[in-house]
Amino acid sequence: MAAPSLSSTVSAISGKFKVLKKTEFRGETTLHVEREAIKDLARFCKDELGFTYLIDLSGVDHFGVEPRFEVVYELYQFELGQHLRLKISVSEDQLEVPTVSDLWATADWHERECYDMYGIQFPGHPGLTRILMWEGYPFFPLRKDFPLAGRPSDMPDVAFSKAAPLAGGPFVTTPSTATAKDREPRSREIK
Amino acid sequence: MTETSPVAYDSKIEGNIIFTKVDSAMNWMRKNSLWPMPMGLACCAIELMAAGASRFDIARFGAEVMRFSPRQSDVMIVAGTVTYKMALAVKRIWDQMPEPKWCIAMGACASSGGMYRSYAVLQGIDQLIPVDVYISGCPPRPEALLEGLMRLQRKIETEPALRDQKRELIASYSGTAQ
Repeated sequence: MAAPSLSSTVSAISGKFKVLKKTEFRGETTLHVEREAIKDLARFCKDELGFTYLIDLSGVDHFGVEPRFEVVYELYQFELGQHLRLKISVSEDQLEVPTVSDLWATADWHERECYDMYGIQFPGHPGLTRILMWEGYPFFPLRKDFPLAGRPSDMPDVAFSKAAPLAGGPFVTTPSTATAKDREPRSREIK
Repeated sequence: MTETSPVAYDSKIEGNIIFTKVDSAMNWMRKNSLWPMPMGLACCAIELMAAGASRFDIARFGAEVMRFSPRQSDVMIVAGTVTYKMALAVKRIWDQMPEPKWCIAMGACASSGGMYRSYAVLQGIDQLIPVDVYISGCPPRPEALLEGLMRLQRKIETEPALRDQKRELIASYSGTAQ
């Protein structure tokens, strides 16, 4: 059975909230919405439209593009089997997104990870501390301007880090239409 | 039923007396009863568990008594990726182990950081604690761990157990005797 269309859901949302952009890709629907409206929209999606399951919440860094960051919400509706993706843009000057952890408890750790890796704040979160790195680590490692090898840091008796030897790396793929052999990670200069 | 006789020592022939050196006797006891501290941090720990289970049976080499208290262990088997967040905890546990103690770095990650050339991973546990045996592989098979264990046993055999470790003690005794 084909998945029921999302069009009624999307029209219900666009009737109440401002949708900046709607993207369809391979049957997946993405709505770009305003940052200020995300809390109300999240509550609307959960309570009125039945998206009771937050699959994932993640951050994206578009380094060099303004606004720089994006926060992505993956929602799921069990009754109709619908997926919905919400995206909001977050600029570097205003790294704050209202928490949705009171709506979906799973967002608690996801928001902590998002904060840990990108430095995006989630006001209203019950305990916004680092989840993977240690408390007091001075960097946000998943930002694009953070080198893969890492930077040295030191907190006596707590933790330390050193830059990793990359030995000609970083070994990264570059997106292209070339064959898999040409695309596989090799030591190459990246700008 | 045929009786198998122990290769090294036969009480019927030799009685209750063995002639040996104190060093050799101590090393013999040490190497055949290495109690591991299983520092399982990643997938290598699965192979470590396999080495401890019935098929590979690390008990054949006297190292089946996995101790989860560092105070009761002889050899720390660092099995897996040591992140910087974990590194000082590993060091702390190592410091709590009583001498004599040994360390096996099991697998690529524990030996050198492995494929994780990144901000989060310590590039080899030897940056923090002294390692006696490195085992290659990602993860190593249980046979490789057993090979590493046997190498460690061979290393322990050659150590001057008493002379090095009790030198100060002996010196203090001989000092009071005179």
